[in-house]
Amino acid sequence: MSATLDLSHFVRHMDGDIARMDFAVEGIACGGCMAKIERTLQAVPNVTRARVNLANRRLAVEWKEGAIDPRRVIDRLAELGYRAYPFDVARAEDDSAQETKLLLRCLAVAAFAAMNIMLLSVSVWSGNVSDMTAEQRDFFHWVSALIALPAAAYAGRPFYRSALRALAARRLNMDVPITLGIVLALGMSVVETFNRAEHAYFDSVLMLLAFLLAGRFLDRNMRRRTQAAASNLAALKAETAVKFVAPEEICEVPISAIRPGDIVLVHAGERVCVDGVVVVGRSEVDQSLVTGETAPAAIGKGSQVYAGTLNLTGTLQVRVEAARGTLLDEVMRLLERAIEGRSRYVRLADRAARLYAPVVHLAALVTLFGWMAMGATWHDAIVTAIAVLIITCPCALGLAVPAVQVAASGALFRSGVLLNAGDAIERLGDADVVVFDKTGTLTLPEPVVVNAGQIPPDVLALAGRLALASRHPLAAAVAQAAGARIPIDGTIEEPGQGVRAVIDGVETRLGKPEFCGAEREARVCVTADAEASMIAFVHGTQRHVFAVRQALRADAYAAIDRLRALGLAIEILSGDREPAVARVALALAVVSYRAGMTPADKIARIAELRREGRSVLMVGDGLNDAPALAAADVSLSPVTAVHLTQAAADAVFLGDRLAPAVAALEISRCAKHIMRENLWLALVYNAVAVPIAVLGFATPLIAALAMSGSSLLVTANALRARAAVVEKA
Amino acid sequence: MEVLVYLVPLALALGLLGLAAFMWSLRTGQFEDMDGAAWRAIGNDDIEQRSTDVRD
Repeated sequence: MSATLDLSHFVRHMDGDIARMDFAVEGIACGGCMAKIERTLQAVPNVTRARVNLANRRLAVEWKEGAIDPRRVIDRLAELGYRAYPFDVARAEDDSAQETKLLLRCLAVAAFAAMNIMLLSVSVWSGNVSDMTAEQRDFFHWVSALIALPAAAYAGRPFYRSALRALAARRLNMDVPITLGIVLALGMSVVETFNRAEHAYFDSVLMLLAFLLAGRFLDRNMRRRTQAAASNLAALKAETAVKFVAPEEICEVPISAIRPGDIVLVHAGERVCVDGVVVVGRSEVDQSLVTGETAPAAIGKGSQVYAGTLNLTGTLQVRVEAARGTLLDEVMRLLERAIEGRSRYVRLADRAARLYAPVVHLAALVTLFGWMAMGATWHDAIVTAIAVLIITCPCALGLAVPAVQVAASGALFRSGVLLNAGDAIERLGDADVVVFDKTGTLTLPEPVVVNAGQIPPDVLALAGRLALASRHPLAAAVAQAAGARIPIDGTIEEPGQGVRAVIDGVETRLGKPEFCGAEREARVCVTADAEASMIAFVHGTQRHVFAVRQALRADAYAAIDRLRALGLAIEILSGDREPAVARVALALAVVSYRAGMTPADKIARIAELRREGRSVLMVGDGLNDAPALAAADVSLSPVTAVHLTQAAADAVFLGDRLAPAVAALEISRCAKHIMRENLWLALVYNAVAVPIAVLGFATPLIAALAMSGSSLLVTANALRARAAVVEKA
Repeated sequence: MEVLVYLVPLALALGLLGLAAFMWSLRTGQFEDMDGAAWRAIGNDDIEQRSTDVRD
């Protein structure tokens, strides 16, 4: 039975009988690819529009409803050498795009207003010391007010909303002093303008808004790019399931179109793509990605199977059910408790704001009463107090963290780490213990041939070509080891046994040792390496046995060594058996390791470390690691991890190496250091500016110079971070 | 200095025009793909189109 791929789930129906589909495309490198793809697709009859987005490597195709099959688009792209995967435009991403747009609109308005008001203000400042008449000055102030009031009302919304939310929750964040400063400064400026005074602070308010919005926009934009890359990856995995649409009819559909109650077919050698219950068939499954246990388990009718397990020997029919069962229930329960019990990390900027806001407001209050005590009028005292608020408005403070965040997340992105959580950089920077899971984290998720070097190259090449006919994971490992590309014609697969073919008149087989008559060789191999799985190859009289097992990631030793050099303690917590874990620990020279850990044990160990005052980074990929990832201070998982686990992790790293995980720690430490430095710079600025304001010398000119000066300073420092980070990455 | 009475609003109106143009470009999705736009500008699609037209 072969299934056809049904893509109707991804087709969106637009106005005017137009169908649209989005693809994530692999292999787009430059503008040349973009032009080639667009030209080719637009030449297809009935395609009304094809547009590549080079920034996020996506393609949108529109065609006349019903006129073409979307599979044709994929085939056409394959002919050009690009692999396209249907892409589900998620609602979450739409929302975040909307928010980015709002920030950009606010920034545009604030910048426009700031520039125009500054033009008027410079005239007033120079006029005040030369021959400007009072009428002209008032006219300029009124025009400034006319621009500033609507612009601030429009562009300040992100801050007002966030400040109100914080106040409603009885918290203080950076947006509270910002909002207070803006509102009071505008109010005072209007009153001063009305009283025909010499100074008004419209320019300061708008400049402040423009600077802050720029910081937020950059931060948000970077995060959006990471998100886009992450969802492309999800699409590139191209997970599909073979579903029964009628008792005898099957159809291949994307995972996102599978509903509970559907029956899906899982062949031997395929990964189970859903959670559910076996209704027909019996088999052995490898649950290493889920539990960390590398020995296969036997399952039959009524058994619970989990997404991510590997079906080894028999064909299964699985009824999709909302995941449950002893293991998953346990994991979900622990995960919920871990998330509840997690002490909310307070971001550096918010911590600064908690100290900063009361001090600033107190300083303004002291100024007010101080001036009155000195015999100043109400009016003068209030004006000076508000000037203090304006000049301390955390312009530099608001940029101090986001500017570094942008530089650091860009560097992380380039070294293959995608952030899930916004504050992950700060938490990564704090970690001092790294806890690794073994299976799929320190080791590669797919098994590899470990004795390839002892097998003659021509034999390996032939076995590899034969292996291409099977989807069994052991065969895949052999094909991978041989780098085979050309399958052998006329290969027959015997389910659960192996594959055979007649090559140049000689019977050739690859499969179980019994199937190949190589039991004796297999026994020799097993005594040498008890944990490896055996796959035998026979070609005429030649008999060879491949030992296939999970191997360490290529740079595991170097990565662990580097982490130790950074002063981090390393620990391994695995669900696998003791000998397997001990062997890995020995190879990596890790002293503290524990085997046979249940999810609850892992959490307990992490809690113990945290009680000792350590900050724990958990790196894991299995379903059994999900609660531990949530319980740790910060967590990482490889991109091959199961969905639930990836969702629980703060960041995901790509590729077959551990280097990105090390880079993540290095970059985050550097970033955190510079964030602190920036906050100190902002503090120093305030230490200088506040006395000036308190003494009543903070004219709008001084305020403008001081605010832009401090903002430029912290931004320049963040750029220095960028240089340092790029060097490390 | 009465000239200010209409020069300042005029300057403002010009600035607003720029702002409106930016908002329009944002709404029509011209900032969706910052990398692609750079390449589109130097593409030869339009020229090739015209040369085939001439040959026809």
